[in-house]
Amino acid sequence: MSALIEFDEVCKYYYMGDTVVKALDHVSMRIDKGEFVAIVGQSGSGKSTCMNIIGCLDVPTAGTYKLNGRDVGRMRRGELADIRNEMLGFVFQQYNLLPKLNLMGNVEVPMIYARVPRAQRHARAKAVLEQVGLGDKLKSKPNQLSGGQQQRVSIARALVRNPPLILADEPTGALDSHTGREVLGMLQDLNREGHTVILITHDNSIAMQAPRIIRLEDGRIVYDGDAHSPEAFVSPVLEAAFEDFQRKEREEEAEKAAGAAKAQEARKAEKAPAQEGGDAACS
Amino acid sequence: MLLIDTFVLALKNIWSNKMRTILTMLGIIIGVTAVIVIVGLGNGMTQQVRESFSSMGIDSMTVSIWGRGSSRAATVDYMYKVVADNPQYLSDISPYVQISSQTVKEGRDTYRYTGVYGVNEDYISIANYTIAEGRGLQYMDMKENKYVCVIGDYLAREAYNGNAVGETIKVGTYQFRIVGVLSPKTTDPDLQEGGEDDRIYVPYTVALRINQSTTVDTYTVIMADENYANQAKSTIEKALYAIYQDEDSYYVYSMSELLEQMNQTISMVVLVLTLIAGISLLVGGIGIMNIMLVSVSERTREIGIRKAMGARETTILFQFVVEAGTTSALGGFIGIVLGYALSAAATAVVPLVAPGQSVSISPGTTAVLVSFGISVGIGVVFGFLPARRAARLNPIEALRYE
Repeated sequence: MSALIEFDEVCKYYYMGDTVVKALDHVSMRIDKGEFVAIVGQSGSGKSTCMNIIGCLDVPTAGTYKLNGRDVGRMRRGELADIRNEMLGFVFQQYNLLPKLNLMGNVEVPMIYARVPRAQRHARAKAVLEQVGLGDKLKSKPNQLSGGQQQRVSIARALVRNPPLILADEPTGALDSHTGREVLGMLQDLNREGHTVILITHDNSIAMQAPRIIRLEDGRIVYDGDAHSPEAFVSPVLEAAFEDFQRKEREEEAEKAAGAAKAQEARKAEKAPAQEGGDAACS
Repeated sequence: MLLIDTFVLALKNIWSNKMRTILTMLGIIIGVTAVIVIVGLGNGMTQQVRESFSSMGIDSMTVSIWGRGSSRAATVDYMYKVVADNPQYLSDISPYVQISSQTVKEGRDTYRYTGVYGVNEDYISIANYTIAEGRGLQYMDMKENKYVCVIGDYLAREAYNGNAVGETIKVGTYQFRIVGVLSPKTTDPDLQEGGEDDRIYVPYTVALRINQSTTVDTYTVIMADENYANQAKSTIEKALYAIYQDEDSYYVYSMSELLEQMNQTISMVVLVLTLIAGISLLVGGIGIMNIMLVSVSERTREIGIRKAMGARETTILFQFVVEAGTTSALGGFIGIVLGYALSAAATAVVPLVAPGQSVSISPGTTAVLVSFGISVGIGVVFGFLPARRAARLNPIEALRYE
C-alpha cells in the first residue's frame, strides 16, 4: 500500500500574545490508501487542527505534510483550493449544506469549481444522490430534510468528485445513535469501495468502528494502532491524573489513619481518669 | 461555464433578497433616470436650436466690409472669384445691400416695416426661398440695372391680394416692376410683418445706385460644408486681409459659430446637471458597497463551505463582484426604462399643460449605453472591496462562523 498522507514532524503553533499554543507538536504519522482511520482526542487535543491540515484548509508551521506525495505546506492558496476540490471530500458535524440551494444544487457545488459541464454535472449529482438513497428528493431544500438525510446529502457532496480521501469531522455528533450508526455504515461502505476515510471524533465508541485509531493529546500522538488493543483507549494524561489522584487519596487515607490513631489514644487517655471518677461516684 | 453559473447564482441571490435589492438599487435607479432625462432634455434643446437655426441657414455667413481709408477695395468680382477659387469650402455668394432710407409705397399705402435689399440672381436660392409665381432675379437684371423686383408672400397678399406679378411698387421715388412672388417661409402671423416674407429683393446694382454707393459692404456667403465652418470663414478673412491689410476692416460672421456657442452653453448646462445626477450614482454605489459588506458577513459560513469545496479566492471574488455588478446593472436598466418613460411622458404632457410650448426629450443610444456602462462599472468598483473581503476569509474561521 502506498502512502496517501505523510506527516513528518508536523507542528502548528498559534501565538496569542506572549504565549505559544502548540496545537500540534511534532506529529509524525502515515496513512495509506484505502485505510479507515479514526483520529480521537478530547477538545483541545489538536484533532481539529490536525483535520484542518489534512484537509488543506491550513498549512503547518513547521514540518512537512505530503498528500499523495505532494508537499502541501509549500502550496499557494489557489493550489490548496484545487487540491481540496480534487482530493478531498468533507463531511461536517453541522452538515454545512447551502440552505438556498436544493439538493442537486448543493451536490453540484464542487463540480462547478471543477468546471464540469452542466449536463454532466446534473447526471453525476443525480447518480450520487440516488446512491445515498435520496433520489426522490432532488429538488428539496436542505431544511426540508431530517438530520440524517442532510448528512447523507453532505456525504453525497463529498463523494461527487470521487476524491481519494473522505474527511469526516464528527459526522455523527448531531445525530441520534441510530442514524449515527447508519451514517457510520455508509462511511464504512465507502471505505470498502476504496476511499480512504479519516474520521475525527472525541467519542470512543464511534472511534472503535475504525480498525485503526490515532489518539491525540495536547498536540501529540499518544496512541497509533489497532482499535481493539486494550491500550487504544488508555490515556497517559488521564492515567497520570488518575495515578496522581490515587496517590493523593492514599496519602489522605494514611493521614486520616494517623489522625484516627492519635485521636483514639487521646480518647483512651481521657477515658482512664473518667472511668476512675465514675467508679468513685458509683462507689 | 463558470461565468454563466456565477451569473445565475448572482441572480438567485438577488431574487431571494428582492426587497433589499430594490432598496439597494434605488440610488442607481434615481441616478440613471436623472441622467437619461437630463441628457434627453439637452439633446432636445440642441435639436430645437439647430432646427430654428437651419431655417435661417446654418451654412450661411455674413461678410461685412468697412474698408476704411484703403486705396483698394474688394470688388464684387473679386469676391465672386474668391468663392469660385475655393469650392471645397465655399459654394455661393450674393451681395446684400440694404436700402434703408426709402419708404415702400403701393398706391396710398405705406409699408414701413418692409425690408428692401439689393441682391444677385443667386440669392433667392441661397436664402432658401422658392418662387411661387413669376420669375426670380436674373443676371441681365444686374447687368442692365433693371428696376425689377421679387417680393415676399406677405407683401403680395397684403398689397395686391395675391396678384402682384406685373404690378409696380414704389421704393421712395423709384418705381419697380414686380416680376416674381416668393413662397412663404413662415405661417406664424406674428412673424410675417417685417419678417422674411415682408421683403423686396432688387438687383444689387440698382440698390447701389439708390444708395449712391459704388462698393458692396455686405455679402451673404454659403459654405460648401457646414462641418468646415472655420475653414470657410478663414478663407474669406484671408482674401479680405490681402486687400485691406487690416483685420478691423471687415468682419465675417457665421451662423454656425453662433449655433456652436449655443450648443456649447447647452452642453455645459447638461454636463453640470449630469454631474449633479452623478452624485446620486455615487451614493448608489456606496449603498451597494454597504449591502455587499453586510451580505459578505451574513454569508461567511457559505463562503467557508464553498472554499472547503475547492473554490479559489478569485472565484469567490468573482462571485461577489458579479453579484454587485448585476445588482447595479439591473438598477441601471430600470433607470433607463424609467428615464425613457419620463421623457416620453414629458414630451407628451408639456404641450398639453403649456400650449404653444413643445419639448422633445430624446436621450439617444449613447446616453443609454454610457449610463448602463457606468452603472455596471459602479457595481464592480464598489463591489470589489466587499468581494475581496469575502475572498480573503480564512476558511477555517468562516466554517466555524455562526
